[in-house]
Amino acid sequence: MQLITTVNGEDWTLDAAPADVLLDVLRERIGIKSPKIGCERGDCGSCTIIMDGRTVRSCLVLAVEADGHEITTVEGIGYDGLSELQRLMLGNNSFQCGFCAPAIVLAATELLEHNPNPSRHDVQEALAGNLCRCTGYEPIIEAVLSAGGGGTE
Amino acid sequence: MIAHEFDYRRPASLGEAVGIMSEYPGSVQILAGGTDLVAWLRDDAVAPDVLVDIKDVPGLRDITVGDDALSIGSLVTFTELIESDLVREHAPLLVEMAETVASTGIRNRATMVGNICSAVPSCDAGPVLLVYDTTVHVAGPAGERCVDINDWFVGLRQTALTDDEVVTRVDIKLRQHGGVYVKLMRYAGEDLAQAAVGVVVYPNNEYKVAFGAVAPTPFRSTRIEDALRGKLLDEALVAEVVAVVADEISPITDMRASAEYRTRMTEVMLERGLWEASARFAGTGSDYGVRLI
Repeated sequence: MQLITTVNGEDWTLDAAPADVLLDVLRERIGIKSPKIGCERGDCGSCTIIMDGRTVRSCLVLAVEADGHEITTVEGIGYDGLSELQRLMLGNNSFQCGFCAPAIVLAATELLEHNPNPSRHDVQEALAGNLCRCTGYEPIIEAVLSAGGGGTE
Repeated sequence: MIAHEFDYRRPASLGEAVGIMSEYPGSVQILAGGTDLVAWLRDDAVAPDVLVDIKDVPGLRDITVGDDALSIGSLVTFTELIESDLVREHAPLLVEMAETVASTGIRNRATMVGNICSAVPSCDAGPVLLVYDTTVHVAGPAGERCVDINDWFVGLRQTALTDDEVVTRVDIKLRQHGGVYVKLMRYAGEDLAQAAVGVVVYPNNEYKVAFGAVAPTPFRSTRIEDALRGKLLDEALVAEVVAVVADEISPITDMRASAEYRTRMTEVMLERGLWEASARFAGTGSDYGVRLI
């Protein structure tokens, strides 16, 4: 089936089989590797992308469902240099191995768009379901709170 | 990767959707949010010949309130429930429930109606819709029909929906109430329920009590409701109904919890839930969303 989608501001027209999963098409056909293959059942969060302004698990979306929709990955966030959130994460050593980082940047970006001044609870809720095995989450949460102007409330 | 092939159709109307389903009797899966279905396809747990993606069918995304009911379309996601002022005003238990479902990235996609169509024992929407006066509206080749939520869950992952039908919306009757949804999880923030309790208190001390994840389907306990009917809560009454919980539920032991643990915790959750639902009815309880466990 033909599929027309916008990925990080670029229009793509592709042929995809109904059984093709969006995560695989993004990685293998479009060449965007920031959404990671983790659990492939929606639990770990590492395949997160933003679709029409909201984070979704690209491992649980069929490629044909993206027809007519707009996708943003972390590559699309950094076009004009790092975002404020990304700079704060870097400065705070928020990540170690980095496998979860693209997803967590997107989840936190979505949060800050809807809730520019989140509480610690809001941040924890928004990041829940994005597993990080390195950091214990604290340096990530601190960076998101700083980006929201909340510091270490 | 999904190993088997299927067709994908995206009808532009309800009539077209029902027509496609009649063409492929018994081998159709309806695709809404897909958060269960795509995982099941990958696991080969389902192998349909065709997926009918209903996301372009108009009218299924609406949240509206009429004279006597709040209507929630079958494409409404858990995130949309959480963000809806109408839902928060008229059926706040849906918000409390939706906030416990998986994670934001799932809630942005998963629909409440899909949750009761998947009908796994731990489905969060089950106990909450059971304690509300809920009617499921269904469209099929013979037109539309209504299914009382009490007739909806007919077995493990089985509902009253037939192979050629699609849910259009659920209606929740508008009534003064206070309620609670208590969900036990291994960790806050994305787990399935190990056990769940829904309680609503209506005027004249009418109670509805439902359980999730402790039987093959979510279910109401009429035995507990009958014991409570017409009475104000006191310690003795709460103890009396908590004492029958172990008889009423039939939990399993699996990787997420033992039957014994589920049973004991369900007793605790019912006790706390009854008091909190009554307090919320009286206007003295916690805000919806405050977790009791």
